[in-house]
Amino acid sequence: MISRLWIAAALLCSPVCGGGELRFVLHHEPKTLNPLAAAEDAAETIRYLTGGVLIRLNRLTQELEPELAQSWKVSGDNKAITFQLRAGLVFSDGTQFTPVDVAFTVSQMLDPALHSPVADTFTVAGVAPKVSVDGPQTVTLTFGAPVAGKERLFDQLAILSARSPLKERASLGPFVLDSYKPGVELLLKRNPHYWKRDVAGKQLPYLDTIRIPIQANREIELNRFRAGELDLMNNIDPESYDRLAKAMPGVVHDSGPSTDVEFLWFNLAPSSPVPQYKKDWFQSAAFRHGISAAINREDLCRVVYRGHARPALGPFSLANKFWFNAKLTSQTFDPARGLKLLESAGFQKKGDVLVDRAGHPVEFSVITNTGNKARERMAALIQQDLQAIGIKLNIVTLDVPSLLERLTKSSDYEACLFGLTNVAADPNELMNVLLSSGRQHAWNPSQKTPATAWEAEMDSLLRAQASAGSRAKRKELFDRVQELMRREEPYLFLVNRNSLSAISPKVQGARPAAFYPQTFWNIERLSVK
Amino acid sequence: MRETPILIRHVALALLGLIFLAALNADWLAPAPYEQQFRAETNSRPSAKFLLGTDHLGRDRLSRLLYGTRVSLLLAPAASALSLGIALLAGGSAALAGGWWDRVMTAASNLFLSLPWLFLFLTVRSVLPLNTAPVTSILITFSLMGLLGWGAGARVVRASVLQIRNSPFALYARGFGCSPGRLWFRHLLPHLRTVLLAQFWISVPAFILGEASLGLLGLGVAEPMPSWGNLLKELQSAPAWNEYWVFAPVALLSTVMILFQLSRPVSQKVSPV
Repeated sequence: MISRLWIAAALLCSPVCGGGELRFVLHHEPKTLNPLAAAEDAAETIRYLTGGVLIRLNRLTQELEPELAQSWKVSGDNKAITFQLRAGLVFSDGTQFTPVDVAFTVSQMLDPALHSPVADTFTVAGVAPKVSVDGPQTVTLTFGAPVAGKERLFDQLAILSARSPLKERASLGPFVLDSYKPGVELLLKRNPHYWKRDVAGKQLPYLDTIRIPIQANREIELNRFRAGELDLMNNIDPESYDRLAKAMPGVVHDSGPSTDVEFLWFNLAPSSPVPQYKKDWFQSAAFRHGISAAINREDLCRVVYRGHARPALGPFSLANKFWFNAKLTSQTFDPARGLKLLESAGFQKKGDVLVDRAGHPVEFSVITNTGNKARERMAALIQQDLQAIGIKLNIVTLDVPSLLERLTKSSDYEACLFGLTNVAADPNELMNVLLSSGRQHAWNPSQKTPATAWEAEMDSLLRAQASAGSRAKRKELFDRVQELMRREEPYLFLVNRNSLSAISPKVQGARPAAFYPQTFWNIERLSVK
Repeated sequence: MRETPILIRHVALALLGLIFLAALNADWLAPAPYEQQFRAETNSRPSAKFLLGTDHLGRDRLSRLLYGTRVSLLLAPAASALSLGIALLAGGSAALAGGWWDRVMTAASNLFLSLPWLFLFLTVRSVLPLNTAPVTSILITFSLMGLLGWGAGARVVRASVLQIRNSPFALYARGFGCSPGRLWFRHLLPHLRTVLLAQFWISVPAFILGEASLGLLGLGVAEPMPSWGNLLKELQSAPAWNEYWVFAPVALLSTVMILFQLSRPVSQKVSPV
């Protein structure tokens, strides 16, 4: 009788009561374990696994879900957001969770000494948000100006305890840090006080531990996965994906376009040391359109990404279900049209060389970061595409510090091939890239006043969407921003690579998503057989 | 060290000569331009059209190997000759002048041997004008290697000159009133010939490998020009081991290294004329 009960219990528990240990690698050392200071992938991964947040973005549905806050309400003027917190929650060390912890976390995040990357996104019009504790479970954040869509920011804000002696190591997330051997590995164990339960009433997370070795070499990572030493791999490159698909067909997942976008832009900064005649080329929209039409994006996807990519249409990929502008059509590869556009701007082909009105042969350099195989290969393909219409492209690969020095300080470059990874889910998080005053407005950063009429129009549309009352209105305004970007092509959007991952058959409950962290976004519901 | 039998040396030299000839005649021997992309035939296996298959961008591997060999095999000896010239000047003058100049030159050669020059290559790459042609870029790379790689040679030259400076024939020459210039060019330099040749033969493969290492780091020859460095870089993406043809650059590099070792004169004995 007892053995029958055991069998029945085992069947009922399967597959979600597995517990066990999950193993995947970090490609570099986390620079900090303070969740408020996390600025790179490794630190963000630890924050995701250990941090408790007020609101969580469901990576699959892309909808916001209540976490530590059981509900929230945005004020009519879009300036304040009030959270109703769950009662009776405790940190991993048993300390009570109260609204004071939220106020403490926000004040810590805004501390200039911490240099928290999240702080910038919370600061609106140069004014930091104010926090008020309105009741035993109620807390309100008031921003300096009306901003729509701010709720999403709370997905990145891990709440700290104001009173725990463990400080930031007291966690409200599903896991806590058990041990850390610098350069070797991190071991996380389940948070015994984690508040969430599954439908059957079982406390989450299912996993007992997560072992995270630090392993920079992707090839070794792949071999360890094949040997069964690892259970998950995120962001696999297309070559490894295809090799793995041949060797272990059931474990690879192509989740379609990721949020990453690769693009090329010309230096439009008036103060750059680029010769004036080249500045005139780059300022011409017809020149940019001509170049864009001569680039074979389908080949970039097929040759460089082995078919695991799609031509990009704008800053948001198809993965971003709400904000992607479906009306945008893909840029067709048509070198003859490209040449016509260039001729309309005063260029003409003399023999095999395209020259401008003054007879300068059209030649420019494109910089990209060394060691990024995909970008180096894309540059080589673009080089041949442009050669076909008489343009000479010089490819220069630079180490990242030298590249950033040219992009952000000296402005000494002509064109750049680069990309954005883990692109935010909401346009407001791209304001520093899209607004003409933004420091990351790549083609002409930190403008005091918009240099062109179309940038002024873009700024006003971006600001209007940021304070619009309804999501539908925001969408309508941001669609126009995307159309404007397509019309002017300050960025020549190239490809959105697919989100490629591998999950061991031992892992139960995995549902890979396009958004970071692709394979373990639902970590509390994963288990290992 | 035992001398390589003369027959083997000659065979090795002949094979090296053949490889040089093939590289020099790449324009005629290569089936396709090294930069031409056959995009419908990427990563293809060897065939009648592509004898060594194509790379990830559909470029003919054989053509790239021939042109890459030309770049590496022509420029490495040039860099080696440059570094040997500096080594001869620094090591020879240190041994002959002695005193503070000897100490300065010894310290300089130690410094050049110990500093991590990779950072200099990174810096040079980052300050070069962006529209520098690939040919200029590779000439600068090899020149830099030549200018920086003289430390070990200078030590050898200094030791050899110190040894022969006090040989009886050198003492007799000085005793008969031979001028320092005549002593150097007429009596000492001919005795350094074997040392210098051996040094040259050693540093050519070192420079080839040096360029290959820079290529692996993305600091070598710019796209689309091939060199052994960027051909080897392709192997970083871990090809399947049954695709043996992708290892052709490794095979050729190894062969050339072995041939250089077999063909170099080993004897470094100093004997009076």
